[in-house]
Amino acid sequence: MSDMASAETAAQHAAGELGEEIIRPESPLGMTGETPQQRDGAVTIYEKSKPGRRAFFTPASEVPEVPLSDLIPGQFLRSNPAKLPEVSEPELVRHYTRISKRNFDLDSGFYPLGSCTMKHNPRLHERVAALPGNSRLHPLQADDHAQGALELMWNLQEALGEIAGLPHVSLQPSAGSHGELAGVLLTKAYHEDRGDKRTKVLTPDTAHGTNPATVTMCGYEVVKVGTNPDGGVDLDDLRAKADDQVACLMLTNPNTLGVFDGNIEEIASIVHGVGATLYYDGANLNAVMGISRPGDMGFDIVHFNLHKSFTQPHGGGGPGAGPIAVSERIEPYITRPQVIREEAEAGDQPRFVLDYDRPKSIGRLRGFQGNYGVFVRSYAYIRSLGAEGLRQASELAVLNANYLLARLKEEGVAEYLPVAFDRLCMHEFVLSGAPMKKELGIRTLDLAKRLLDHGYHPPTVYFPLLVEEALLIEPTETETKETLDLFADAVADILREAANDPTIAQSAPYSTPVRRLDEAAAAKTPVVRQPL
Amino acid sequence: MSEASYPKDLLYHQEHDWVRLDPAGEWATFGITWYAQDPLGEVVFYDAPEVGSLLTKDESYAEIESVKAVSDVFAPMSGEVIEVNSAIADDPGVINDDPYGDGWLVKVRLSSVEEKEQLMDSAAYQALLGQ
Amino acid sequence: MSSYTAATEQDIEEMLAAIGCESIDDLFEAIPDGVRFKGALDLPAGKPEQEVYAEFAALAARNTSADDEVSFLGAGMYDHYIPSLIDALLTRAEFLTPYTPYQPEVSQGGLQVMFEYQTAMSELTGLPVSNASLYEGPSAVGAAAYLAKLANGRPRHLVSRGVHPHSRETLQTLAVGYGTTVEEIPLKDGITDIEALKEMMGDDVGVVILQQPNFLGSVEDIRSLTAVAKEHDALVVASCDPIPLGILEPPGEMGVDVAVGEGQTLGNRLDFGGPSFGFFAAAQEHIRRMPGRIAGETRDVDGRRGWVLTLQTREQHIRREKATSNICTAQALNALAGVVYLGWLGKKGLVELGELLVRRTAYARDQLNQIEGVTALHDQPVVREFAVQLDAPVEEVIRICQDKGVNPGYAIGRDYPEFPNGLLVALTERRDKAQIDLLAKVLGEAVAQARVETGATA
Repeated sequence: MSDMASAETAAQHAAGELGEEIIRPESPLGMTGETPQQRDGAVTIYEKSKPGRRAFFTPASEVPEVPLSDLIPGQFLRSNPAKLPEVSEPELVRHYTRISKRNFDLDSGFYPLGSCTMKHNPRLHERVAALPGNSRLHPLQADDHAQGALELMWNLQEALGEIAGLPHVSLQPSAGSHGELAGVLLTKAYHEDRGDKRTKVLTPDTAHGTNPATVTMCGYEVVKVGTNPDGGVDLDDLRAKADDQVACLMLTNPNTLGVFDGNIEEIASIVHGVGATLYYDGANLNAVMGISRPGDMGFDIVHFNLHKSFTQPHGGGGPGAGPIAVSERIEPYITRPQVIREEAEAGDQPRFVLDYDRPKSIGRLRGFQGNYGVFVRSYAYIRSLGAEGLRQASELAVLNANYLLARLKEEGVAEYLPVAFDRLCMHEFVLSGAPMKKELGIRTLDLAKRLLDHGYHPPTVYFPLLVEEALLIEPTETETKETLDLFADAVADILREAANDPTIAQSAPYSTPVRRLDEAAAAKTPVVRQPL
Repeated sequence: MSEASYPKDLLYHQEHDWVRLDPAGEWATFGITWYAQDPLGEVVFYDAPEVGSLLTKDESYAEIESVKAVSDVFAPMSGEVIEVNSAIADDPGVINDDPYGDGWLVKVRLSSVEEKEQLMDSAAYQALLGQ
Repeated sequence: MSSYTAATEQDIEEMLAAIGCESIDDLFEAIPDGVRFKGALDLPAGKPEQEVYAEFAALAARNTSADDEVSFLGAGMYDHYIPSLIDALLTRAEFLTPYTPYQPEVSQGGLQVMFEYQTAMSELTGLPVSNASLYEGPSAVGAAAYLAKLANGRPRHLVSRGVHPHSRETLQTLAVGYGTTVEEIPLKDGITDIEALKEMMGDDVGVVILQQPNFLGSVEDIRSLTAVAKEHDALVVASCDPIPLGILEPPGEMGVDVAVGEGQTLGNRLDFGGPSFGFFAAAQEHIRRMPGRIAGETRDVDGRRGWVLTLQTREQHIRREKATSNICTAQALNALAGVVYLGWLGKKGLVELGELLVRRTAYARDQLNQIEGVTALHDQPVVREFAVQLDAPVEEVIRICQDKGVNPGYAIGRDYPEFPNGLLVALTERRDKAQIDLLAKVLGEAVAQARVETGATA
């Protein structure tokens, strides 16, 4: 209860003394247009249901009206219908339109979420994905009736291979974590085909949680490798742990600290020296497109996050796609089917087919050919930018990150939020909120929540785990200098405000559809569906 | 939330567990220390062992979860679980509010009571914590 | 061409000055020369939006879409009508462009959608706990097998031959990592052979995986099969087509532990196979072993109702190598289409749609079975899909039909060599009686023609 009391105090305080300068009612979050009463009553579609209302009208069957139980034995039939809502079409549209306004979105505001690459989502991509030849194409259509789609997939395979610097690409994995699963299973197939049973996979202590989780799902033991003072892999630790039981090292470069590991050639040599494979987590590829290629660094397997560097909209958490590119020695094992190109006689067009005849393949990881709709969008991005545009995107992503870092190194900020590894960063950087917590009494979480009142989505917080009170900031190349300046000013404002009165940030946000939510109560007694 | 304390009548293990020995030394109650629960934040779930399961000193026998963290609980001594604190299921926060009392985790029939010699008293444990 | 950036020459100069660098190249000093990429990527030059559009329109025009022929293709994805309001809602920036709801105060829209979706899937499956969705159908089957491994650790996983071939192959791929073996329960007369299952069962079987309706369209006796598995305390997973669940007994009421399935039929486009979503619902006892995101209801500091991602300690970002799955997304946008679609159908509409499918499918099956050279592959009850055998090379028959604007279905011979000329025919509410009659006519002619071509006699 003490939390509630302090929240009210701060709210009254903020409203009374600081007023609208701080709590900006015109911020993008004020756009919900909800009255206080409406905010109090978040109503679900089930609560709007009324017997007799409907949006869908069933077509006439036109065939004999045989009783259902003559066609399907009664014991297999449902006795009570699923309690779906009964609503009219206008209500349905209004309901979802209204609740959509309770989301912050990339089109409305700056979204510097580290490691997520929240770059602009061009609407051309939605238009071409929706063409009936794409969106209405059945996945089991005969190859000869899907030549456009197969050619597009083949072109994307070629382009991703070129960007990775590796010759073979499988588009099948559905997300980064799915690409990791493919990569570690490929590693396993590679070793076992050589009669080599290995037991361990190395991951840096800065790794995304997906890396160790994937390793376990593939039946390997996780061994952590330390980080050196520059934020890269600790080479001595790597040498000590790399032995003939190590199947693979999973690495992100630049890593989750926004640091490019300059020892990558040495790392590759150590890993290859013990016969292991080197896996590239492509989460941070946006820093190096056309500048440095994982294949040239010595990586055997790379996954791409098409929803990061290649602009598939995140959709509130999916869909995405996680294609992989691999070296020659891994190629025999990649997933099936693969799109291949059959060269044609002179004058004819080449033909594209799905090749299932891959005897050493690890098999499938999902149904059909992968998230084709995502491939269309990402390939449209690659065709729009070309080689020059991709390189420019990475250059400006790194420029924006370093500029924002420079702004946040100014007096008034740097004392409280020092950069974790003080050097030029790549496309993102990490600040530590430890001094802020000690000096001002506000935590990284409080800063994040107060940023919401300023109309910004906060950076990634409390990751990487290695940095105390971490803030991981990735501005991306599509933001303007003016946006970066305003964001840096907002951070400075919040720190000044906290020096005066930390309770304001401690109880933020104030202007959002809801305020801080009781996550402990949600976890203690999970209510994960509506009782009906 | 409770204030930091390390009662003198308990024995302590370096993984931040406490032991309350019964006077005869046949069985004991285990729990986690104030220091262990504090960084976790509000406890929301206790994944308890089953009655009858065998615990080995220094090995994990249960998990305690907050919203954003999971903590393994280590056995300070070896033995067989004879009772589990089922009240925690309804109110996991009791581990925060009363870690040495109502927040106890298991009662154990000890298999090697001499293991107590390897545990710390309150002063030694606080020295370990640097307090 | 455009890289969707805004930095002017002047911006770049000012920004470099603030950083203390001479050139953009200096920013990359950490990359050693040995791994710098020299030159330009070998990609076609970028081009303006209108030219990209033209290129993609030309590619798309080379595909035969479900608008271009009368299609009876199914086998896991189905050509249901998608109401226009779904297009309108899914292209709203507020749904299209946010990330995963890590900051719940500004993600209530997405979180509420997840909660409403979970409720709908729980209703359909009769199981109390649904997650916020997984990648798609077959990988959801694989995720269910991992839940079984976590729950009982038993080494043998049994899967019916009636389960979608892509799901079975995915299970085999993943089993290499899980350290489990996957064995197939044979089919008999188009359904899972319960006697064979009894023979195969033992206390080392961790899970029995079934599909409803199965790949050949048959309604399985899930209750009886589940009872056999439960005699040995194995888990039961049912992979379900969600639309037939409107009329079929829900798996949760027959003792099934986990219901999964492909969600494409719920308001998602065909998209040549993806993106769609996979659903995953389970019995209460498995709530802490669930993979993926789950939204839960709670209150804010002012007492207002709200939603958060909950039970996150299961997940990879907290539990890391001990996580219940490596997945870190849902298919939020696709699941949104799913819940909007179910709201559009409504409580009565879903049932009426199911009944319509059963009647039209029965009619189509009757019509096809009367054709010379076409015989039923099985006579089990079906909902929306049925299998026949042709007395002619099926690939050739399909080709002839497609030339006449009808796609008669999916040739199952690659997946079921025991039915080399098997054809799987699927219906949706978009295939009306006239189209079914057209199918019967065209298929009959094609079979006759193919039999003449290949020398088969009537």
